[in-house]
Amino acid sequence: MKSCKVLMPSGSLGAGINQESFDRGMAMKPDVIAADAGSTDSGPASLALGECKYSREMLEHDLGICVRAAMKAGIPFLVGSCGTSGTDSTLNKCAEIVEEVFKKEGFKGRIAKVYSQQDPEVLKKKWDEGKIHPLEGAPEITKEVFDECTNIVALMGAEPFIEALNNSANIVLCGRSTDTAIMAAVPLMKGCDVAAAWHAAKTAECGSQCTDGAGGDGVMIEVTEECFYVTPIQEGIHCTPYTVSAHLLYENSDPFRLTEPSGSILAKDAVYTQVDDYTVKVTGTKFEHAKQYTMKLEGASIAGYQNISLVGIADKKVMADPDTWMKNLSEYVVNYLNKMGISPDEYTFDFKAYGYNAVINGPRAEDTPPPREIGLLLTVTSDTQENATKIAKFFNPYLLHFPADFKDQLPSFAFPFSPVDIPKGPTYEFRLNHVVDVDDPLELVRFEYVDM
Amino acid sequence: MTKLKDVARYVKSKNAGPFWGTIEIYCYTNEDYEEIKSSKNISAKKVAELYDVEESMVKSFYVDNINVIKFSFPRRIPQGHKYENDMHFGQQYIILAETEL
Repeated sequence: MKSCKVLMPSGSLGAGINQESFDRGMAMKPDVIAADAGSTDSGPASLALGECKYSREMLEHDLGICVRAAMKAGIPFLVGSCGTSGTDSTLNKCAEIVEEVFKKEGFKGRIAKVYSQQDPEVLKKKWDEGKIHPLEGAPEITKEVFDECTNIVALMGAEPFIEALNNSANIVLCGRSTDTAIMAAVPLMKGCDVAAAWHAAKTAECGSQCTDGAGGDGVMIEVTEECFYVTPIQEGIHCTPYTVSAHLLYENSDPFRLTEPSGSILAKDAVYTQVDDYTVKVTGTKFEHAKQYTMKLEGASIAGYQNISLVGIADKKVMADPDTWMKNLSEYVVNYLNKMGISPDEYTFDFKAYGYNAVINGPRAEDTPPPREIGLLLTVTSDTQENATKIAKFFNPYLLHFPADFKDQLPSFAFPFSPVDIPKGPTYEFRLNHVVDVDDPLELVRFEYVDM
Repeated sequence: MTKLKDVARYVKSKNAGPFWGTIEIYCYTNEDYEEIKSSKNISAKKVAELYDVEESMVKSFYVDNINVIKFSFPRRIPQGHKYENDMHFGQQYIILAETEL
């Protein structure tokens, strides 16, 4: 019977690997270590900038632990979505760190760098051929979007990982890939059950989220020709049929159908069985092969420049009705800006009254008492930093003194900083929620090998 | 007047990719699950109203084996929009949790 054990060391590579749990995982004799190092979860900045959200030191720590363990055990180490966004630049940064570990330890072997950042010209051609399609809820786009994005990546499936391993790579560093592809790759390569491999990978993709513990450590999956097993690597926590089946709901819009580049995981009829105190066995998952292989595209661009200002307010009259006060202040400053020749077309702005309604937009219960104080965050956005900061400065005197009642003496609200206005730099936005048809899973993927 | 938060084991929200949000209602018992499921206020229609989306875009899932109700819908603004108020959509469950059954 074919089987394959995959060690998933932590929910997010770079966020910190717990050495003790990791060692317990290695003692279970995995066939491969597979780590997910990226996501769009933190927002568009990482992709737009091509920068990792973790510091180099954090990456060095986690990559170092995995590379040393894999090379000493003689098993491959796969990383997907290197450096948060999986752009070429963040993948190169991870590769630089891995090469340093090889040099320091005197390891001999092959490092594969598998890139999936896309050339806008290639995508424009795909667009003309009608091979780029919107997913549900996608923004409307035109062909210009491919040039407007600062970076575009395509999410790889399992095939590029397998290709690199077939070319004798010891360490496979991939650009943006689906979270699941990283963990499904070796079980699929070894001929384990396809549906079980994908469902196992989905279960493990956030580490211990599929357990009854929230420590953020990893899990071990074992895929066979007919099922998979999942067990925690952290001491004292458990997988149960409840925790494993509930994880399928996490962070996805459809819990019964999960789409991958090569097809869909159909989990509705999966059966979850407790095997021992820690381990759950899953059978009955199905996989529907797609007629057309597709790669999801992610793209981000700059959406303007911002200035932020923060003021604290405890004034009883403002607190009695913060909405009206904010509305009056807004109108007052917009009129003032108009008089100064700055038209509303040149900027937008937004107030967030922390302590009142900054986080939740919905209606408040009528019996909600006024807050004792609020932290009012003003954000101004314009086409340049200079303009955003200039416009924010017009707000400053009113953030300090704007009264709830003009018959009163001028209040002075509580600034925590001097200067008040803080140039925040660019703000970024996601521009794509689309897929591209490819003739071959490797068509939009580039390989480079480094022999150490 | 009973609110969802008084009956549910927990209610959670999270982004599901940059353009979607999702909310799950976990129940203690099948009885509670059926009670919530049958409430007219805990429905795609109500979710559409509370989260300012088209009702036709709200997907409802009833996961009977673990007593979970899940709603998924496009976010009013995409994640990381210039005036984002909740990057991970992790606090937005409160609106639904405070809804009367």
